[in-house]
Amino acid sequence: MFSKTLRISSSPHINKGVGVDVIMRNVVYALLPVAAFAVYAFGINALLVILTSLIACVLTEHLLNKFSNRPSTIADGSAVITGLLLGLTLPPIFPLWMTFIGGVLAIALGKFVFGGLGYNAFNPALVGRAILQAAFPVAITTWHPAFLADRFTRVSESVLTFPFAKPVVDGISGATPLSAFKFDQVTTESADLALGLVSGSIGETSSVLIALGGLYLIARKMMNWRIPVAILGSVYVLSGILYWINPEIYPSPEFMLFSGGLMLGAVFMATDMVGSPITSLGVVIYGIFIGLLVVVIRIWGGLPEGVMYAILLGNALSPHIDRLIRPRVYGT
Amino acid sequence: MLKFSSNTFKHGVHPPEHKEDTNKLPVRQFPFPPLIVLPMQQHIGKPAQVIVREGQEVARGQMLAKADGYLSVPMHAPVSGIVRKIANVPVIGGQKASGIYLETFPFSGQEVVEGAPVPLSASPEAILQGIQDAGIVGLGGAAFPTHVKLKIPEGKFCEHLIINGIECEPYLTTDHRVMLEQADDIFTGIRYLLRVTDAKQVIIGIEANKKDAADHLADRIPDDLPVKVKVVPVKYPQGAEKMLITALLGKEVPSGGFPIDVHAVAVNVATTAEIGRLLPHGRGIQERVVTITGPGIKKKGNYLIPIGTPLRFVLEHVGAAENLSEVYMGGPMMGVSASDLDLSIVKGTSGIVVFGDENVKRSDKIYPCIKCGACVDACPISLNPSRLGILAKSEAYDTMAEEYHLMDCFECGSCSYVCPSNIPLVQYFRVAKGIVRKRKSAVAHV
Ligand code: SF4
Ligand code: SF4
Repeated sequence: MFSKTLRISSSPHINKGVGVDVIMRNVVYALLPVAAFAVYAFGINALLVILTSLIACVLTEHLLNKFSNRPSTIADGSAVITGLLLGLTLPPIFPLWMTFIGGVLAIALGKFVFGGLGYNAFNPALVGRAILQAAFPVAITTWHPAFLADRFTRVSESVLTFPFAKPVVDGISGATPLSAFKFDQVTTESADLALGLVSGSIGETSSVLIALGGLYLIARKMMNWRIPVAILGSVYVLSGILYWINPEIYPSPEFMLFSGGLMLGAVFMATDMVGSPITSLGVVIYGIFIGLLVVVIRIWGGLPEGVMYAILLGNALSPHIDRLIRPRVYGT
Repeated sequence: MLKFSSNTFKHGVHPPEHKEDTNKLPVRQFPFPPLIVLPMQQHIGKPAQVIVREGQEVARGQMLAKADGYLSVPMHAPVSGIVRKIANVPVIGGQKASGIYLETFPFSGQEVVEGAPVPLSASPEAILQGIQDAGIVGLGGAAFPTHVKLKIPEGKFCEHLIINGIECEPYLTTDHRVMLEQADDIFTGIRYLLRVTDAKQVIIGIEANKKDAADHLADRIPDDLPVKVKVVPVKYPQGAEKMLITALLGKEVPSGGFPIDVHAVAVNVATTAEIGRLLPHGRGIQERVVTITGPGIKKKGNYLIPIGTPLRFVLEHVGAAENLSEVYMGGPMMGVSASDLDLSIVKGTSGIVVFGDENVKRSDKIYPCIKCGACVDACPISLNPSRLGILAKSEAYDTMAEEYHLMDCFECGSCSYVCPSNIPLVQYFRVAKGIVRKRKSAVAHV
């Protein structure tokens, strides 16, 4: 009896069973409604952009692993998230070839050169997006109105632009609420903003769905709630103070919260575990830092949108936060 | 007096308890195996020295090996029988160490021979000696000689005597049953402990999942004893001495220090019961309560098992699944994997947990650290296991010890338990601690 040799393992012999792949899968679940609504709002163009970004990221991850003789890491799901997020930060009629380049670079330069998942200093999707912004400043600020009647039937010429051809500026382009405010002093109703009934990048539009996705992840303990709370809280407080000082020139705090990529960034990008600090106090500092930067860039900077840079700077800061913020060890 | 407290230590984890399988089952006597295999080192310190010879007939309870100095305890015969062989026996970790093979007399009544009783009125020194002579060590799993732990160092004093009835390891119900079934022994043990520590008050710490035991003990506190029963919330690793002291007294034991530095002494409840049961009769430890459980076991339960009973005999008796895969001595969080079934039950074996193939944790895939912070939020002493893990991989052991408090890690396993990347953090830290200790002693010898 019991002739079989026993397996030996080191303690602990049980684990919680929530693996990296499970977390990543749930992040994808939380992002799907956001993507679905974006496709509903912007139609077939948005779908093409998201799919292209997704394919570019997953394919790049696969090929890079293959050529460097490493085991494939597609199954961990992180490339899928990067692909989805990158797609969601782009304008709905962004040329597909540019999207593809963005996806390739997001994975190659945002993640692979650092050593892959876990070693990337910055959120890979934002790295991709930042490169695209620098390379194609016009295309990436060419916005497009939501809810056009023919959005499910008409593929924009801009989307199908031939690589390196002069981008076709699509006839119909709409100002985003943020640029409208920034450059024309027009504010949009906060309720419209929250529900996603306005123009913007693909995934920026529905704050409600983004927040629901975040709540889902928080409820499943797969997201650190302190990060979005610290970012949104500090944006609200700082812009509230400014609005109180002079409502004529400063936007209302509600407008600040629900416009642009703030929700998407605060909930899905700043919370990327790899790029954020590891302690509870550290993430709060990180969140406040990002929130303040967003307000400063939006109001005083030369750009209408500061979320991307704010988060990238937050990513750069977080190792330093971790070095400085060390909880007191028991009994010391 | 029964008190509920919401105080606890920082962080910690909540693994599924799985105690309901055995916590209602009274302790049952286990049959005597035909052959006892008795390692001479079942405790921290020096191995006991054999004082019998091969072929000698011994009676149950008779001393077979004496303590080798102060940090050591003697060994008593778990059964009446004949010493077959004095040779190396298998011990945990796949090695062999000195021991005794003792063949049980099949038809013996197995009466226990007793020595000179140690009365309560004896001097504290005599009681400490009695505790050593009885071979008593921490039965919670640490197996540190109890008389050493109870010795109050010069210039220190003990105010709080803490009886540890936490049993925070999943699956185990040994202490739970002892508290329900041996209240008198526990209080007698406390009397002995009060004599040697001179403590002002006694707190029995019990987790909220053993409320029946807390009620049971609280109802039976003798009027003349300054005992409180305190119920604390369930959380792993509350049974760790330092965590329990923080939960009960709100104080932190200094890094590198001992409970006595905050005027406390903590003793496991089953150890306390053994003191109360053995000393009045001058007996030594020859058996202990062991929870045998886990998905791979048919007759789960709490058994009084002779020390030295081979695992194979134990599992044959309780019926283990054929596809058993891993066998843990102790609980699943801090217990050690048995390498084979020739190992025997020792004094520190609080439980045997058996997992079948399908229960073994999925450790197939290890991901890089994604800095999720789960380990940081789990570590009861606020270390940064993520950073320590990364440093361990680059073999920066000195940095780990000097800047990141590696040596404070007590290997509770909370960090590995929560890690979504399946990183064997505790394993790294165990190795790193060993290397740092070696380097230190190498420096000391230069
Ligand atoms: S729990 Fe694991 S993955 Fe998460 S920070 Fe700690 S070591 Fe890294
Ligand atoms: S094993 Fe060490 S590092 Fe890990 S949680 Fe326990 S004390 Fe902290």
